[in-house]
Amino acid sequence: MNNTTATMTINGLKVAIGNERNLLELIRKIGIDMPTFCYHSELSIYGACRLCLVEVEKRGIMAACSTKPEAGMVIHTDSKDLRMMRKINVELLLANHSRECPSCMRSANCTLQSLARRLGVTEVRYKQTQKNAPIDKASPSLERDPNKCVLCGDCVRVCTEVQSVGAIDFAFRGANARVAPAFDKNLNEVECVNCGQCAAVCPTGAIVPKQQREQVWSQIHDKSKTVVASIAPAVRVALGEMFGLKGGENVAGKLVTALKLMGFAEVYDTSFTADMTIFEEATELIDRITNKKTMPMFTSCCPAWVKFAETYFPEFIPNISSTRSPQQIYGAVARETLPGKLGVNPENLVVVSIMPCTAKKFEAQLPKFKHDGRQDIDYVLTTVEVSQMISSMGIRLDELPISAFDMPYGFATGGGVIFGTTGGVMEAALRYAVEKIEQKPLASVDFAEVRGGTPRKEAEIEVGGTKLRVAVVHGLGNARKLVDDIKAGKAQYDFIEVMACPGGCVCGGGQPITQNPELARQIRAAGLYNADKTQQLQKPQDNHLVVRCYEEAFGGCPGSHKAHERLHTHYQDRAQLFDAQEIMLGMPGEGKVDVVVTVHTVKQDGENKEAALLSQLVAYAKQQNLRDKVVIAASFNPARTNDGKVCVAVGDNVAEYQIDGDVAASAALKELTGLIDAAVK
Amino acid sequence: MLETMEKTSAMKDYLVEVNRILEKNNYSESRLIPILQEVQEVYKYLSKDMITYVASSLGVPPSRVYGVATFYAHFALKPKGKHVFRLCDGTACHVKKSHGILEALYKRLNLSAEKNTSDDLKFTVETVSCLGACGLAPVVLLNDEVHGQATPEQIIALIDKIEAAEKENK
Repeated sequence: MNNTTATMTINGLKVAIGNERNLLELIRKIGIDMPTFCYHSELSIYGACRLCLVEVEKRGIMAACSTKPEAGMVIHTDSKDLRMMRKINVELLLANHSRECPSCMRSANCTLQSLARRLGVTEVRYKQTQKNAPIDKASPSLERDPNKCVLCGDCVRVCTEVQSVGAIDFAFRGANARVAPAFDKNLNEVECVNCGQCAAVCPTGAIVPKQQREQVWSQIHDKSKTVVASIAPAVRVALGEMFGLKGGENVAGKLVTALKLMGFAEVYDTSFTADMTIFEEATELIDRITNKKTMPMFTSCCPAWVKFAETYFPEFIPNISSTRSPQQIYGAVARETLPGKLGVNPENLVVVSIMPCTAKKFEAQLPKFKHDGRQDIDYVLTTVEVSQMISSMGIRLDELPISAFDMPYGFATGGGVIFGTTGGVMEAALRYAVEKIEQKPLASVDFAEVRGGTPRKEAEIEVGGTKLRVAVVHGLGNARKLVDDIKAGKAQYDFIEVMACPGGCVCGGGQPITQNPELARQIRAAGLYNADKTQQLQKPQDNHLVVRCYEEAFGGCPGSHKAHERLHTHYQDRAQLFDAQEIMLGMPGEGKVDVVVTVHTVKQDGENKEAALLSQLVAYAKQQNLRDKVVIAASFNPARTNDGKVCVAVGDNVAEYQIDGDVAASAALKELTGLIDAAVK
Repeated sequence: MLETMEKTSAMKDYLVEVNRILEKNNYSESRLIPILQEVQEVYKYLSKDMITYVASSLGVPPSRVYGVATFYAHFALKPKGKHVFRLCDGTACHVKKSHGILEALYKRLNLSAEKNTSDDLKFTVETVSCLGACGLAPVVLLNDEVHGQATPEQIIALIDKIEAAEKENK
């Protein structure tokens, strides 16, 4: 034996100590699945659940997650005392848990449930102390049931440490301790970006994706309706896991068959509209480069990233590509062309989107994606919801024959397929943009520099004699660091891809729960790259059906007037969420137009321009008798830098006004009163 | 027009103190608790707006500040009355029948454990775990004033006195 290798003893077995950070990792490495609630290898160590207790000889009982392995240590993972303690811990958790397991979303996939079974808990000896706390159902993406929370804090740490959002945290203490958004608000009222990573790490059913299964079933059962679905790239490489297939296996063909059996009229591939997204987005990039417009450009496919930027970095809104996400382009394409193609009344067309994502549910219901009085996308189902719908019909996905996607929106290139993993959108865009700029065929379609799990991937791509500096980040904490670096002048890029979830959509909040996210990211991404290779074509620009779609419905080419109207969007400044607000006129309520003027409190302007504009707006609203239609508020902002511009929001529309002198002041007032008039109508 | 200007500048004036406290503590996240203590000292309680304002000034999520503010019993998230009774309910005071005083206070001021501040914002009644004056049990603090070996009658008389004095001042 090598003398330099330190060893310790676990249950009588001599074990070499490698670079494990704690006893728990070492114990798990030798094949003992130590139970835990609050331990996640990618989060900080919390040591609260007391399930990974071990007996360390000469020291006593310690938590394995927060003890470092040391040479010569002798530990036991099981003893009479440890068994008893673990069982009591689980029983105590069950005593204040809503034990309606069969009707819980996480039934059969719940750590508490499986631990109770493993530890032989056949009765709970403690009095039930259920609190009947209200369930937060207000968010379009996620549902929180505090009665099922075990206070492990995984959701709090993933939201703070990985996503750098912190929409939820522990509040109160002792028996009243709970995980809650600030002021016990609902998730939709705070800075939550809807990424669903909290639901992905929750060991129980305390945070789950919002369900729309029943609504979709009722549409399918309504014979007057034609229900069409489109499957996002990342869904196909994860769904199989729910049916005993290996992760990363592409089950797109089987899923199409299953959806047809369920009663969907047409099944399309969101990779098609991903190709189309590249047509718009890469065209926009080339336009920004050649016409020296706002740079760098950020991708806009990820609605959680978009909301994150709107909330924390509104100054970068002009840098976000205005191209809609593949889901919303699918919605626009479906509404514009399917009634004609399928011969259905537009009212009877039901557009369903199948996504690995909870934020897509939020995106689909945004008022800006309403067209002719109806949302472009009617329902968004997550991978898990679809698997449950399939199971509920008794369909055994693993045994199904495969079917092809319906044409024309079922044909995609490899570029559209790899959208589901970090670096995929960048690579697809590069395949398009480099060839368009250089006007000669690409030597290789692979851009390996942007692939893989590194938190920030950077590359310089030679394009037509100049260097295109690109960066790819995943995980919003990494995105925040990158934007901070750009702001501080420490990093410079031309084109940046951001995906909110670590690993990209393959590990989105709507995907099957995995105990090993790192492995899941790798194998699911590998599945997509394999699909890319086996696809007939790799470059989005070669998708002739996208070209035809432009000819038929979107003005002939990317960037056309019609394309701008239906395939692009605008963004909203959400930063005022963090200010103290005071209402100056009107009462908050449904359907009111919110007018909010930011008033700086630390770095104040000498002439009180903000207050002056505010009072002019109040006077205008009074004079026009808009008291019942608008709510005018001041938003008191503690920022320590102030560029002297006055920031005003009218509904979704936020703009900054440089007010120097009376002429500028009356121009700004005129524009704003015009906006208010339009919004009130 | 003038009214809005006044309201805005009043709010700005209102925030001058919290800005000073934040500045004094270097806008440091690790000084969160002392900041909240000082803010409460000046503004009497921590309003939603104040918590949000402190959070965004320090660059931390409002949920974190809310978590800290709700963890410590010292922080009040609702406005407190002008006069605060802090009734000790530690072991010694409890044994010496502090509950009789509490009930008398609740009855006199029409309050309860859930609603512990009177509607006119004149009085608040709180219980605390131990004031460290067990030799004087039962102990009641009225604002900063210690009343040892208290009886319900004696404490109710304090209320009468305050009310009488305030009537006179009108």
